[in-house]
Amino acid sequence: MHEEAIFAGFGGQGIMLMGQLLTYAGMMEGANVSWMPSYGPEMRGGTANCQVVISSKGVSSPLVTEPLSLVALNKPSLHKFAPWVAREGLIVYNSSLIEAPPERRDVRILGVPCNEVANELGDLRTANMVALGAYLAITKVVSFETVLDAMKMVLPERRHNLIPLNRQALSRGMEIASLWHSQDPGREIS
Amino acid sequence: MGEKVLMKGNEAIAEAAILAGCRYFFGYPITPQNEIPEYMSRRMPEVGGVFLQAESEVAGSNMVYGAACAGARVMTTSSSPGISLMQEAISYMAGAELPCVLVNIVRGGPGLGGIQGSQADYFQATKGGGHGDYKLIVLAPASVQELMDLTITAFDLADVYRNPVMILGDAILGQMMEPVIPGKREDLDLPPKTWATTGAKNRPKNVITSLILDPAKLEQHNLNLKEKYEKIARNEVRYRTYMAEDSETLIVAYGTCARIAQAAIDMARERGLRVGLFRPITLWPFPYDALRQTAEDSLRVLTVEMSLGQMVEDVRLAILGTKPVHFYGRTGGMTPTPREILNEIERIVEEGI
Repeated sequence: MHEEAIFAGFGGQGIMLMGQLLTYAGMMEGANVSWMPSYGPEMRGGTANCQVVISSKGVSSPLVTEPLSLVALNKPSLHKFAPWVAREGLIVYNSSLIEAPPERRDVRILGVPCNEVANELGDLRTANMVALGAYLAITKVVSFETVLDAMKMVLPERRHNLIPLNRQALSRGMEIASLWHSQDPGREIS
Repeated sequence: MGEKVLMKGNEAIAEAAILAGCRYFFGYPITPQNEIPEYMSRRMPEVGGVFLQAESEVAGSNMVYGAACAGARVMTTSSSPGISLMQEAISYMAGAELPCVLVNIVRGGPGLGGIQGSQADYFQATKGGGHGDYKLIVLAPASVQELMDLTITAFDLADVYRNPVMILGDAILGQMMEPVIPGKREDLDLPPKTWATTGAKNRPKNVITSLILDPAKLEQHNLNLKEKYEKIARNEVRYRTYMAEDSETLIVAYGTCARIAQAAIDMARERGLRVGLFRPITLWPFPYDALRQTAEDSLRVLTVEMSLGQMVEDVRLAILGTKPVHFYGRTGGMTPTPREILNEIERIVEEGI
């Protein structure tokens, strides 16, 4: 197993958390992992991204320059990173904030209305978990249960009350992606 | 062995210092190493230690001088421009033979530069950023685990040799998270600090100074230091290799660049190219002999750095003109990609240079 992924979006969308949950879960399942954040000016209100490697081999470069997967929660980060994605890779994008799907014909593309789904669940802040759920359903890099366990490790104790809501958001994302999976893989869900 | 935890490189350095018995931290904030003082400000009070945010790097590094005089395990951390400000104190501490640990999480320069990772402080760290004939022991970790382990080692080396030790990291190593098994301090037989200024009641007074006005005595002091540096160079050289045994092209890289080079080597091997890696862990003492021996059967050497070419000078000194030494680097906070390195490998292999 070898996964290299980039998670990207606005600062405040929970981009770092998505990557950390995946990384932690990977470690808990016995894989070698690394997590590399963007930091500095872009984190303070601009775009933020993190690069995650999960591998049954050792992790050589922690920098991801040809990701197998991209999860993009806003337009600028989709524009920046979509050209980086390896051929036959995967792009999951937030169709609530990105009207046009990325112009790549050589990768798998899934649009997920993360904000709408999160709003339906009653908390816009769970949009990142909807996207992470969709990503997990397709890539199966780690299991749903391990991500929930990782949540206990990554979130501070005072935030553990949010775990049930995040669990719901992850599940909704997974459902949406599995629906897409059973249909034409080129098709978009909205 | 403890349980694996996911830690940022900067946090691993800070926790390692606590594990190594460091109870004094003086510093001044600067990106991209702020997680270290942040961590220390929380942890030091928990272990009965001192965290002090100085008014500047100049002050902080002189506080390190003071604590080291008193025999304490002490550390300061900063990033490139801040380390430049500390050079006076570093030279004084080397002159006064004071053990301490300095961490440079290097960012792009020169000047105020930027905040992304760089390796352009190699010369400053290994060739004496301050004045005088002196050497720092310089350790170059390449993973979060190594940041932890080598920080613990740094405190021991500092005490064994009564010398400042520098951890030379970069912004990428400082910011990234990897699993870490918290390190353990080895029970070394460290020499008692009989030289420390701890109060001279019932013993002759100790004087710690780097001021020696008599040139004959100052020359002798320098010769004594030289002897110590030679001993360190004999005993403390560290390096690792990766697929180097049959390599026609031997890459030399340290820290983050070594990690990226390793990815490039895997790509090159898939294409049938015999490429390997030599990774110095001690940048001073530089592993001249080990590199020369490792490169013996290689046709060429390629040094990769996040600078415009600094370590490559030591690589050339090791190879002594017996084969071509090429260089590839990115600088200013830019990072070479595995594919860029692969392209460079393919270019020099094709051209047979």
